[in-house]
Amino acid sequence: MKLIFEKSIPGRGQDIFPACDVPVVLPKEDKLRKTTVHLPEISENEMGRHYTALAKRAHGVNDGFYPLGSCTMKHNPRINEKMANLPGFAKLHPLQPAHTVEGANELIADLEKFLCEITGMAGVTFQPAAGAHGEFTGLLLIKAYHHDRGDADRTEILVPDAAHGTNPASATMAGYKTVVIKSNENGTVDLDDLKAHLGPKTAGLMLTNPNTVGLFDPNIMEITRLVHEAGGLCYYDGANLNAVIGIVRPADIGFDVIHMNLHKTFSTPHGGGGPGSGPCAFKDFLAPFAPGLVCKDGEYVRAEKSIGNMTGFYGNFLVMVKAYTYLLTIGKDVHTIAENAVLNANYMQEKLKDIYPIAFDTTCMHEFVIGLDPIYRKTHVSALDVAKALLDYGIHPPTIYFPLIVHEALMIEPTETETKETLDEAIKAFREIYDRIFNAPESVQLAPQTTPVLRLDDTKAAREPHLRYEF
Amino acid sequence: MVDPKELKYTKDHEWLRYEGDFAYVGISDFAQSELGDLVFVNLPEVDDEVVAGEAFGDVESVKAVSDVLSPVTGVVVEINEELLDDASLINSDPYGAWFIKVGSITETDELLDSDEYDKFIEEA
Repeated sequence: MKLIFEKSIPGRGQDIFPACDVPVVLPKEDKLRKTTVHLPEISENEMGRHYTALAKRAHGVNDGFYPLGSCTMKHNPRINEKMANLPGFAKLHPLQPAHTVEGANELIADLEKFLCEITGMAGVTFQPAAGAHGEFTGLLLIKAYHHDRGDADRTEILVPDAAHGTNPASATMAGYKTVVIKSNENGTVDLDDLKAHLGPKTAGLMLTNPNTVGLFDPNIMEITRLVHEAGGLCYYDGANLNAVIGIVRPADIGFDVIHMNLHKTFSTPHGGGGPGSGPCAFKDFLAPFAPGLVCKDGEYVRAEKSIGNMTGFYGNFLVMVKAYTYLLTIGKDVHTIAENAVLNANYMQEKLKDIYPIAFDTTCMHEFVIGLDPIYRKTHVSALDVAKALLDYGIHPPTIYFPLIVHEALMIEPTETETKETLDEAIKAFREIYDRIFNAPESVQLAPQTTPVLRLDDTKAAREPHLRYEF
Repeated sequence: MVDPKELKYTKDHEWLRYEGDFAYVGISDFAQSELGDLVFVNLPEVDDEVVAGEAFGDVESVKAVSDVLSPVTGVVVEINEELLDDASLINSDPYGAWFIKVGSITETDELLDSDEYDKFIEEA
């Protein structure tokens, strides 16, 4: 298939813009760009066909099952989009005076209340534009808190070895040294290793609970107590909030600051469909450090010892509108999100565990991890091969080779919005692939066979990346 | 050609080769085959200190990024810049593809000889 640049023909264009009816004012000569912009020139009809053809070749949550572990690829109710498209929201300008956007400010304030109720926290900043950005914000709050107390010697953030890769990355961005805490044989935090690394240098601990192997840490109260005792703060990575929303409040289990992914748990589109939103919620003692401006009694004000701006203005407002709509439509049944997410994951795990090795064979939360290593050793069919084979069944592969503590990992998160029939189809596909691993291993190693492109050369793509079109 | 039998190994799958007062560090054939096709390497800079048992760099395969630990405490005197351009050298010639050359060595981790290392891998 040709790229849109290859379809461009000079002089061909479209008349979607009306004639300019205001005087044309050009920037100063030295501000004008010197190089051509290379915009493709193509008719509206051809452009429509181009993007429709691309869409047909892609797989999204609207096309089929998408059990991408840790990503919570749930259905995004269309009513969210409808509300976000209301002109009173969609056509706002961030520089409008506060008294002209009272509805929007009320929505932000209400959503803050909802998220405080869900997390048990005292305040929320909506500035972070994505999950990792929320982590970074949370760590800067922790840092500002310690420095404000005159304690600048806390230079270490503890991160379990099962953590999302964003945790150590955010800690590094915030100027901290990451100290890795081992997991025990149950896949949760090793208390002895935690104790061994806690001390006067500990600024805080970052934890996902349930963690990336889908397990709720039974020692969570002890873990947060130990960190506080050492003088550190506890950061909750809300990527897996879908498993506990409406049931466990992170503040109640000892966390001081948390980010949430509105684009995961609160059903706003992501995975290329973004934009994202990673609001950061905190206990009241961190409120003086909050970033950005907040609307208080019709005036925009900055927190007393604010860490500054994480983005311009308020963050991705229309994503907040979608999350707000989602919470209003669910109402008091918010706990059913977690219940059904956990039920669906356990259903699939139970139906597969007789043949596939489960990394930590116990009741899981919203996701579970297959460790294919024993099968790989016998057959040379890898987690990557199984992932590719699933494509031929119209299923988006699970997350693979993560978490790092499980060899040949396949991390499966069905989410609560899938029907039993869809799960049964997927289970059938997994079981058929298992038979093929032993009866026709090459067929799995050569998969996929029915997709627009066949097996891609990941290594070549990483070693010789072509990241932009060369004109 | 480097004879893998002549090298010392860590339980984290690095190899160490002494040459006078200096030591070369790389990763074992077993390590590269477990990691799969490597696409990037991060190395320290010359004059950086390395500490026995602590990470001095990392290797990235299409699957994951893994730390590479130093078997010795000392100072980096040279890095293998070829690897920065072509990480596949580690896959094709793991014992030729040294990562760093270390001098001023003050401490060495517990090391295995070739036979002990082979046995260690078998048991793992």
